[in-house]
Amino acid sequence: MRANTWAGRNKVKVRDVPDPKILNERDAIVRITLTAICGSDLHLLDGYVPTMQDGDVMGHEFMGEVIEVGRGVDPGRLRVGDRVVVPFPIACGACGACASELYSCCENSNPNAGIAEKMFGHPVAGIFGYSHLTGGFAGGQAQYARVPFADVGPLKIESDLTDEQVLFLSDILPTGYMGAEMCDIQSTDVVAVWGAGPVGQFAMDSARALGAAKVIAIDKEPYRLQMAERAGHTPVNFEEVDVRSRLLELTGGRGPDKCVDAVGMESSHGSAHVHAYDRIKQAVRSETERPHALRQAILSCRSGGTVSVIGVYGGFLDKFPAGAWMNRALTLRTGQCHVQRYMKPLLQRIERGEIDPTRVITHTLPLDQAERGFEIFKNKQDNCEKVVLKP
Amino acid sequence: MTQLATREAAKARQDDVQRRGRRLGWVSLGLGVAQLAAPGTVRRISGVDDSPTTRAVVPLVGARELVHAAGLLTSRRKSVWAWTRVVGDAMDLASLGVAIAHRSGRPRRRLVAVTGAVVGITVVDLLTAVQATRAKKIGSAPTARGSREGGPMELTATTTIRKPPPKVYAFWRDLGNLPTFMAHLEQIRTTGDRTSHWSASAPFGTNVEWDAEIVDEAPGEKIAWRSTGNADVPNAGTVRFVPAPDGVSTEVHVVLSYDIPGGAVGKAVAKYFGEEPHQQLDDDLRRLKQVLETGQVVRSEGAPWGKRARKEFPQRPAQPLSDSELAKGADS
Repeated sequence: MRANTWAGRNKVKVRDVPDPKILNERDAIVRITLTAICGSDLHLLDGYVPTMQDGDVMGHEFMGEVIEVGRGVDPGRLRVGDRVVVPFPIACGACGACASELYSCCENSNPNAGIAEKMFGHPVAGIFGYSHLTGGFAGGQAQYARVPFADVGPLKIESDLTDEQVLFLSDILPTGYMGAEMCDIQSTDVVAVWGAGPVGQFAMDSARALGAAKVIAIDKEPYRLQMAERAGHTPVNFEEVDVRSRLLELTGGRGPDKCVDAVGMESSHGSAHVHAYDRIKQAVRSETERPHALRQAILSCRSGGTVSVIGVYGGFLDKFPAGAWMNRALTLRTGQCHVQRYMKPLLQRIERGEIDPTRVITHTLPLDQAERGFEIFKNKQDNCEKVVLKP
Repeated sequence: MTQLATREAAKARQDDVQRRGRRLGWVSLGLGVAQLAAPGTVRRISGVDDSPTTRAVVPLVGARELVHAAGLLTSRRKSVWAWTRVVGDAMDLASLGVAIAHRSGRPRRRLVAVTGAVVGITVVDLLTAVQATRAKKIGSAPTARGSREGGPMELTATTTIRKPPPKVYAFWRDLGNLPTFMAHLEQIRTTGDRTSHWSASAPFGTNVEWDAEIVDEAPGEKIAWRSTGNADVPNAGTVRFVPAPDGVSTEVHVVLSYDIPGGAVGKAVAKYFGEEPHQQLDDDLRRLKQVLETGQVVRSEGAPWGKRARKEFPQRPAQPLSDSELAKGADS
């Protein structure tokens, strides 16, 4: 089959690889009908997430049709012919973490748990196409994929919604939603979201759906800010204005009640020298993150507010404003999304028309053009917001 | 003497050695700083004249003293560092001998006095080094997760499994199940009510077999076993099944001890070839949890061979296996 693979730092390559086979009894094989490039794939692309190997099949947002199931798969849950969206964290459904609905922290799904444990203190779940630290699972930017614990994660789509409407249930829609949900939003809240990429856009939509009084979008790309504005959110361009002053203006001097970091480890900073400081430290690997968005979110948030982190971090960062965080009674909430927890309720919101996930798609390419997809997405060319790939 | 009393006495000796080692460390620090900061003064006191050679040698000796100090003050392995001081003393005595042979009169008398002092220090260093080495042999305090030295090695590991204790106990008590999750074990055959025959792979592609017996058990709570007869690797183990606070899960606590042939050298060699016992026991318990909670050992394209994925990195790429790779299996 054809698959998009990692081919060294800043290089992906669509190649011919063997078709996937059942390895565990509870596996299923899915013929992929639609897949996507995620912002977090960019952290893999440039090598900031360790343990990528040449030839790794990338991609963790995919959906398709079940064409084969292992003999351990409960037929009451999944059968050949089912149309499914596959959540990006692989979860067993039986461990303590899964029992607490902390699916992205599943204790059983990562065969390389020993390595993850050394990096993070405790292991994390396996993830499709997302480095060997998270298991070394082949990903979904391909024609077919093997899906472990197939009777636990995949969500059956039985309505006539299009692939484009439901694909993002695999990651970015639940991730954005969890970012807003962790803010415990009240009807009086002003919510500021750093990053107007696809996850940020969904965090904004979710914040509004959860009843926020006002939602603010912070980014530097005019086309992304315009996209947020069209959806009814208030844009702030950090290259044009001082973010803190603008946020004070927009909130009557209080600061946003809730802040969402939808940027993560490779953020940009409006001030060139601050950006250069972290960029250099990151390039020589003396810190693994460039946490401008997180720093700014903590410093901007009103006292007693919540900072919710859904942007991906992988290692260690410098100049964490612990003083602001502690003295001003801020709550910091985080996590890789526990996608399985949100798929059904969000599918219902899509069916009811409350959320339109298709609004972020700007490019639809054939799988064979994945390299070009990565290029325009990474360099924000051609007003690229979200690339979906058709195998 | 009881085992406990022996341990107490050994600990007291260890403490004494640590104390004396530290004292020598401070002496080295003082000497080193003096020789580096004020080499001229040190030369005058010890009767060495001002020459290009002495100007070079004195700071060098000072730098060496700082190395002794760093070792003695920061490492718990005082025996090694005390011996480095003895070697240093020998070097000093040799240089002093050369210096005496080339000088006469007042400088010579001073040098002889300094040599006397160094001989005295050498005796103290030698005594400390010998005692530190002995104390280590008699019984250094065991580390939390198993000893680094030769002799029996004790390993501990623990995990929590979301199944009730009777179920986890029953799975373990059926000894034939152990090879499904323990990397080294090939097979366990039950030979009697409490006896069994075990076979396991060992480093360098060798195989070891032994008989074992259960020496203590409490259904649902505990199993203890040990090898019998002339086992190549005498070993014993205990596993306890403790109800977890959540009321549904079981905490599994394992203690294994075994005598690795070849003592410390054998262990070092095995480690060099990728056998890291602590990591392996942790991984064994992770697989036990996978089997009991999900039915199987989890596999990925990068690590497709379950418990046989002995060396984790570098892995095969995370892309599907070819038919020939699958047919060859873990040995490919």
